[in-house]
Amino acid sequence: MIGNFPFVTVIILIGLGIYSLLFKKNLIKIAIGLTLIESGVNLFLIALGFRKGAVAPIYTQAPEGVKMVLPTPQALCLTSIVIGVATTALVLSIIMIIYQRYGTINTDEIRRLRG
Amino acid sequence: MIGGMSRIVKTMTTLIFGFIMVYGFYVIAHGHLSPGGGFQGGAIVASAFALLLVTYGTNQIQSFLSKDLLSMLESTGLILFITFAFLGLGATFFYNFVSNSGGLFGSPTAIGVNPGDLNTGGTITLMNMAVGLEVLAALGVIVLTMSVASETIHKKEKQ
Amino acid sequence: MSSILMHAPALVIALPLLAAFFTPILGRFNRKTISWLASFTLGLTLLLTLFIAKQVLTNGPIVYVFGGTEIGLTLPFGYTMPIRIIFQIDAMGIFMGLITAVVAFLAAIYSISYMEQHTGLDKYYTLLLLLATSMFGMELTGDIFNFFVFFEIASISSVALVAFRSTISGEPAEAGLKYMVVSSISALMVLFAIGLFYGQYDALNIATIASVMQFTQLDKIALILLVTVLSMKAGSVPMHMWTPDAYSEAPAAITMVLVAASQASLYALFRIAFSLYNVTLNTVTVGWIIIILGVLSMFIGVTIAIIQSDIKRLMAYHAISQTGYMLLGVGVGLAVLTNPAALESYGIKAMEGGIFHIMNHAMYKGLLFLTAGALFYRTGTRDLNKMGGLAHNMVYTAVFFIIGAAAIAGIPPFNGFASKLIIYESVYQFNPLLSIIAMLVSILTLASFVKVFHSAFLGPQLESYKSVQEVPKSMVLAMATLACIIVFFGLFPELIVKYIVHPAVMALIDQAHYTATILGGI
Repeated sequence: MIGNFPFVTVIILIGLGIYSLLFKKNLIKIAIGLTLIESGVNLFLIALGFRKGAVAPIYTQAPEGVKMVLPTPQALCLTSIVIGVATTALVLSIIMIIYQRYGTINTDEIRRLRG
Repeated sequence: MIGGMSRIVKTMTTLIFGFIMVYGFYVIAHGHLSPGGGFQGGAIVASAFALLLVTYGTNQIQSFLSKDLLSMLESTGLILFITFAFLGLGATFFYNFVSNSGGLFGSPTAIGVNPGDLNTGGTITLMNMAVGLEVLAALGVIVLTMSVASETIHKKEKQ
Repeated sequence: MSSILMHAPALVIALPLLAAFFTPILGRFNRKTISWLASFTLGLTLLLTLFIAKQVLTNGPIVYVFGGTEIGLTLPFGYTMPIRIIFQIDAMGIFMGLITAVVAFLAAIYSISYMEQHTGLDKYYTLLLLLATSMFGMELTGDIFNFFVFFEIASISSVALVAFRSTISGEPAEAGLKYMVVSSISALMVLFAIGLFYGQYDALNIATIASVMQFTQLDKIALILLVTVLSMKAGSVPMHMWTPDAYSEAPAAITMVLVAASQASLYALFRIAFSLYNVTLNTVTVGWIIIILGVLSMFIGVTIAIIQSDIKRLMAYHAISQTGYMLLGVGVGLAVLTNPAALESYGIKAMEGGIFHIMNHAMYKGLLFLTAGALFYRTGTRDLNKMGGLAHNMVYTAVFFIIGAAAIAGIPPFNGFASKLIIYESVYQFNPLLSIIAMLVSILTLASFVKVFHSAFLGPQLESYKSVQEVPKSMVLAMATLACIIVFFGLFPELIVKYIVHPAVMALIDQAHYTATILGGI
């Protein structure tokens, strides 16, 4: 039962991220919601690789006959973090441009494209 | 940031930012043995740049950490990376043509517990350095551009 | 030379990437050479893609391994696990690759004169080359995490290109932000589904997951997530809100490449439904869901399109509507997948119509967006109420617009008629009501394009447009190439269907052949 705790946290993080994406009006809060969803998915990937009572997957000076954690999800998570950095940088730059042109970052007033 | 921060912060930053950059380069260089690698080390060095920008203000830092220099570094890192990928084209794209070739680079690593050779990573180490160079330059450009832009917006608001 | 051509699948990715990394350095010295470098590289990539297509269509699927010589790693106790990243190019993958190569090459040629007055051109061409690389990667790969990485590269570069003109006004940035939020959520949910697959089956290779797939509860969740977010990225109703903004605010050549990128997501949806799951899922249910998405897109897309006054926004709503045709055709094929008699008589035909429509749509929608870009380049406005009588000055543009509008409305002898007729005939045998809705949508499409032609081109010459000339040579060349392809496909559709579309459909349906190519080699 206690082994399910990371996965419950994943669901809570993704839920909070989607909540702040849907219901918040400030653009920065929407960007924070995106990073929350991304953190949740990264935690999900890492938690998949865990095995009970295992050590880090490094062969040098490891004790004999021991189980190791899966290393592949760690590589997947690292790639996802890098992509998340690029995404967040792009979203924040676009928000700065919107603030410069529209004068506000409230989504109720940024509605020039409609129909 | 406009003007920079107080004297205490400036003194501490002058002492510390060199150590942060050395730590970042250490993480880049040891990427094939311990946790770390190109992106992680590059992000640490870029955070040293961000510390400098916050402490001293954009105008002073822009004189020696200009956007042109960082852009050149970024392109160099990227071209080095794709060159190493092309050099393995004898067997296939991205092939590790350096490791397992004898001499300094050792024989194929045995599976199981072993003490490890000096450098069996091969192109992984070289690509780590290329990626580290590129990431520190790219994140440095992003932080520098955002800082300059926010100062421009701030000046326009004050008028 | 033949040893280099053996590495053609990797060169298709590597050459645009190399050119993209050289462009900032080259742009510092001479501003004019970067557009020629981009066009030259994308032309080389087009030749390589044609070479690979000829090889795949005669010899069968190609597998290319990155970073090693074997597909799998043989452990000391005899177990072989497939660990390398591979490109598996079968007939369906190279079909989409051909569309991408042609569209990207013509976009680079069009941009030589369209973007000439713009600053920051080295970033534009870097992003265009990166977008082309990522679209090739999405279509040719056989590894599902590799697909996710290329998917994210495509979304980041296309968002930066949509927001490219925000130095002039604020609307492209708003459109770019909407597109980025949608793309980001889609990509993260794709990664979540990949995590679900990896956690259960310990493999990231599509063929390996397909061979050990048991349809558990977690696989159902992954299927729901993947169908929803991939059709959201393809622009189907009810998740289409980002499409009009993003397509209208991007520069005209980029809109053409964005259409091809949306279709790459559609290709991923079909690949997952047919090659990853195949008959383990309940094909009738999932097929009907895809059919309903298609019918909604067709109908709602065209009814909102009629009332638009911005020319590119109108064409973007038509792009949503035509995506509905593709979903309808392939959905009918999926719904009868377990019924061999029905599959033989009309299922394969419906899929052929849907997949042929993908290629036709990229061609004529690309031509229409390029003509809208030509109008914007000369008159400075996209509003149909302000334009008028431009056929007096811009003769070539008017002719190309007529060809594109006739193709999208399904008038013979252009290519839209061929694929739409195949869809009408086969869907009628499945359910007559769907076919009648499709024909009604086609009539409304013709109505809205007659309106556009009348407002923009017909009528007396206006005072403000007396000095408007024809657009520069490179733009006319790009539009003329697309028009020639449209006329050729319209006159000889049986050739195209027999040699290119039918092998693609058979490669999609036949999952056993797909897995045997990889796992037979281990």
